[in-house]
Amino acid sequence: MSAATGYSFAYLDEQTKRMIRRAILKAIAVPGYQVPFASREMPMPYGWGTGGVQVTASIIGPDDVLKVIDQGSDDTTNAVSIRKFFARTAGVATTTKTREATVIQTRHRIPEAKLGEHQILVYQVPIPEPLRFLEPRETETRRLHALADYGLMHVKLYEDIARHGHIATTYAYPAEVAGRYVMDPSPIPKFDNPKMDMCEALQLFGAGREKRIYAVPPCTRVRSLDFEDHPFTVQSFREPCALCAATGVYLDEVVLDDRGGRMFVCSDTDFCEERRADGHRGHLLGEAPAAIAGEAGDA
Amino acid sequence: MRETNRVRAMPDAPLLSAESLTKFYGPRLGCADVSFDLHEGEVLAVVGESGSGKSTLLSLLSTELAPSRGAVRYRMRDGSVRDLNALTEAERRFLLRTDWGFVRQDAREGLRMGVSAGANVGERLMAVGDRHYGRIRATALDWLGRVEIEAARIDDTPQSFSGGMRQRLQIARNLVTRPRLVFMDEPTSGLDVSVQARLLDLIRGLVAELGLAVVIVTHDLAVARLLSHRIMVMRQGRVIETGLTDQVLDDPREAYTQLLVSSVLAA
Repeated sequence: MSAATGYSFAYLDEQTKRMIRRAILKAIAVPGYQVPFASREMPMPYGWGTGGVQVTASIIGPDDVLKVIDQGSDDTTNAVSIRKFFARTAGVATTTKTREATVIQTRHRIPEAKLGEHQILVYQVPIPEPLRFLEPRETETRRLHALADYGLMHVKLYEDIARHGHIATTYAYPAEVAGRYVMDPSPIPKFDNPKMDMCEALQLFGAGREKRIYAVPPCTRVRSLDFEDHPFTVQSFREPCALCAATGVYLDEVVLDDRGGRMFVCSDTDFCEERRADGHRGHLLGEAPAAIAGEAGDA
Repeated sequence: MRETNRVRAMPDAPLLSAESLTKFYGPRLGCADVSFDLHEGEVLAVVGESGSGKSTLLSLLSTELAPSRGAVRYRMRDGSVRDLNALTEAERRFLLRTDWGFVRQDAREGLRMGVSAGANVGERLMAVGDRHYGRIRATALDWLGRVEIEAARIDDTPQSFSGGMRQRLQIARNLVTRPRLVFMDEPTSGLDVSVQARLLDLIRGLVAELGLAVVIVTHDLAVARLLSHRIMVMRQGRVIETGLTDQVLDDPREAYTQLLVSSVLAA
């Protein structure tokens, strides 16, 4: 019981947390398998991370340090409100620094900094079923998973190549976990797919509306599906980050004016701030609006 | 030509044998006591009016339905004879998309209408593990050519195809893994006469060329005559007459078969 609020620690009651922990344990035992769980109503609408929040609430302890990101950013509405929610209901310390966090809840990105074995990454998942748009029947998709019948997934990739000349799926790119189940890695850009492979941190995926939890245990093989003659590749960017000059990271495009002016900046705000604090300077750092450049902008 | 085919492709053991297949839907009878052997390269037509149990029989043979009584045995590619209802789900699915084909009456059921013709043909290849785009596409192109669909249509969805083209695409999709046995459920009905004739011609050519065994369900005796070696006439769930196609159609023994033959040929 958290004295300040009258709520159970981290909002959910202990029975619910136990149920979710059981689902999580099963998910870890069968990597990539979608474990059904009795998802609860949360004080937020579906689509705002109810699955991720329930997973986080079930695993977080008083000593944990929580970081929440939305599209790589620590200061968007979704991230801020979830962080506040746990600061209030669990009284845990929160941070925006990837390195300091022990639990990171994320929507649509994996942090650029390499994660370690002391960390857990919790994904918010809208649609956990990678085969959903190819096969609408849940009974059938379950059977396809059970039989490892994934030819259909390649039909989708085939269609991409036939239409666009390359695999045009750029986010929620299907990946095979531990040589068995194919999973939807949630709508992260495919740029982040390689980070899941042999990642030292535990990765948990929670889908609240769809009532599914799945997991990638630490140091597990995650292979993005592809064709022999059209191998998996990640997005590449022509210019470095305009604020911190980082290359080889995922960049967001920011429109600056109505005359076609635009800049590319790190989508991972913490990573970008850290680099700027270390003295890295992008070509637009001086003139970029302070709101984008953050506290390092006035340097 | 038909005679030489039959002699060429018939080893001793049957490819498929049905033993007193019976299916009840609750108290109602689907079909009763159907037994027959089908050899490699042999085409068997099942004819009868609607409600005679033809489609039930086809579903039983293709393991879509489990029989109330009786068994279906199949000689697998490795030579072992298996009871189809004892197969695991994985084995059954593998059989369905490698060694078997199923051409449906309504092409929309047999095709993926939302994906391109090339992907429709390539799906079975990908399902059995082919992961080379160029090779899959080349094979798809080859098969589209064989069923007389222009190469330029490979990236169009079957939605934009005519009924005859859809049916031909369905055939290509089924034959791409070189099956030994193909089930056909009224493959030509609903097509106009000239399209029907071309399709029959195509099927006949492919069956002869690939040495396919076929079980074809049809109510159209002309189709049965054109394609099949043997014929089975069904009525009220039972086989009432069976024999060589020409023989049965030219000289029907049962009163019902006589009625069937006379009513169709009169048209």
